[in-house]
Amino acid sequence: MAAPERIAPRRTPGEILLEAEGVTFGYGRTPVLDDVSLRVRAGEFVALVGPNGSGKSTLLKVMLGSLSPRSGSVRLLGEAPERVDRARLGYVPQRPTLDSEVPATIEEIVLAGRLSRRGWWRPLRRADREFVHHALESVGLGELRRTPLNELSGGQQQRAFIARAFATEPDLLVLDEPIAGVDAESQRRFRDSLAHLIAQHGAGVLLVSHELSAVAQDLDRVVILKRRVLFDGPPAELAASGVSLGMHPEDLPLWLEGLR
Amino acid sequence: MPWPLPYPFELALMQRALVAGVVVGVFAPMIGTFVVQKRMSLIGDGIGHLAFAGVGAGLVAGVWPVWGALVFAVVGALGIEWLRARRETSGDLALALFFYSGIAGGVVLAGLGRGLNASLLVYLFGQPLTVNGEEIAVIVGLGAAIVVTMLVLRRALFAIVTDEDWSRVAGLPVGALNTVLAVSIAVSVVAAMRIVGVLLIAAMMVLPVASGQALARSFRGTMWWSVGIGVASVVVGLAFSRIWGLAPGGTIVLLAAACFALVTAVRRGAAFRLRSGGAEL
Repeated sequence: MAAPERIAPRRTPGEILLEAEGVTFGYGRTPVLDDVSLRVRAGEFVALVGPNGSGKSTLLKVMLGSLSPRSGSVRLLGEAPERVDRARLGYVPQRPTLDSEVPATIEEIVLAGRLSRRGWWRPLRRADREFVHHALESVGLGELRRTPLNELSGGQQQRAFIARAFATEPDLLVLDEPIAGVDAESQRRFRDSLAHLIAQHGAGVLLVSHELSAVAQDLDRVVILKRRVLFDGPPAELAASGVSLGMHPEDLPLWLEGLR
Repeated sequence: MPWPLPYPFELALMQRALVAGVVVGVFAPMIGTFVVQKRMSLIGDGIGHLAFAGVGAGLVAGVWPVWGALVFAVVGALGIEWLRARRETSGDLALALFFYSGIAGGVVLAGLGRGLNASLLVYLFGQPLTVNGEEIAVIVGLGAAIVVTMLVLRRALFAIVTDEDWSRVAGLPVGALNTVLAVSIAVSVVAAMRIVGVLLIAAMMVLPVASGQALARSFRGTMWWSVGIGVASVVVGLAFSRIWGLAPGGTIVLLAAACFALVTAVRRGAAFRLRSGGAEL
């Protein structure tokens, strides 16, 4: 299926989409983030990694505007997080717990991704359905679009949530542990989908994950967080220090554990 | 002048009950689909008890009890949603708080007025056979408002009841949509209480949906199956109540429950046959 015409203007290559500058945050007296700075530009694929309790999820919440930093600043798509046009942001939450009380098809789930782009009060049009079908094709779920979500494997469900994020036509895509426990086929599809989004649409991607082996070849930068930013640079630079992302998939997780 | 309908719907009172009941059979399961998906199946009960307090307040104040019920139900629904959204207390604890306060308030207020009289029982257990033209107008008007709201906002409501955290990041007005849903539930309770009663209105929101989700393979399909089962329960329930002299509100709900039992039994039988057949292959 040919990609439907994009409604939003493409980003200028190199434009800063996400910028955290000197962010400090804590829960009560417990410091969680200390002077953290991070940038994601258009067309850039950045991985944020760190051991458990390193502050990754907290940093994500601060950057998405769910938490306010004690000091420092965050600019999301050029605006303060509370003022940003959310239609330009794609988000895949960590292990989404979609209630299976009532069956919902993959297509119904992914159509929700069009609401912020189209306007939640407006009826969806044929073009919106084409975007949804294209998003489903791009993650390899086109044939299963009328299948209830709760009949799919964990990997397929995760791909459906990624398709929902794609359906918003995001300028910036933020993914929180999207491939944890996902099978190899789904990981390959996931990698192809992200590469397509970056190459064809010039989007920026921030991936929070321990498992980078599936995307190691495509990453522009790796940011390692443990309350502070310990490393921010290309994977080759990290590899030069003896930490492998792709050749030995276990290396990075073991190395991160050593940081605790 | 009654319409020329066959027995048991040939009488004007049966036809008024049929019109009001069918409207309830449409909007209660429709809103119930969102309520069940949100895992708040008992909210109809909680708000029903608040509506009961409103009926008591109406009797004491000498105003039409429906208006008293509407005010109490809407304010209570907003209170429950406020507590839930602020996570001040767990969802079921918030419901219990309003649930018991409502029923106690209703009894006290009714005691201050004319006591637990027949008009109070009509709202507790429902009595569709005595609805008058004014009540039908209120039921149809409120019901139409609920149906239009659900249809217009169905995609946004679907998003927030399935994944509230994602909806918030996606920029949907989660608080406003939850408020619309809570007020719609309150209005549904008041609109339906004369038909099935405040004690059974939650059943009309939940039982048809329980059957519908077993029959459908999509959210949209679940909603329409639930509406079909809700309407069928009302029509058949009214007919049975006339033929055998049964309490109509309870008969309608029992039929909705029987439908769920039947659907579950058929599905389990089919699954068993499938497993047995698979074992032979």
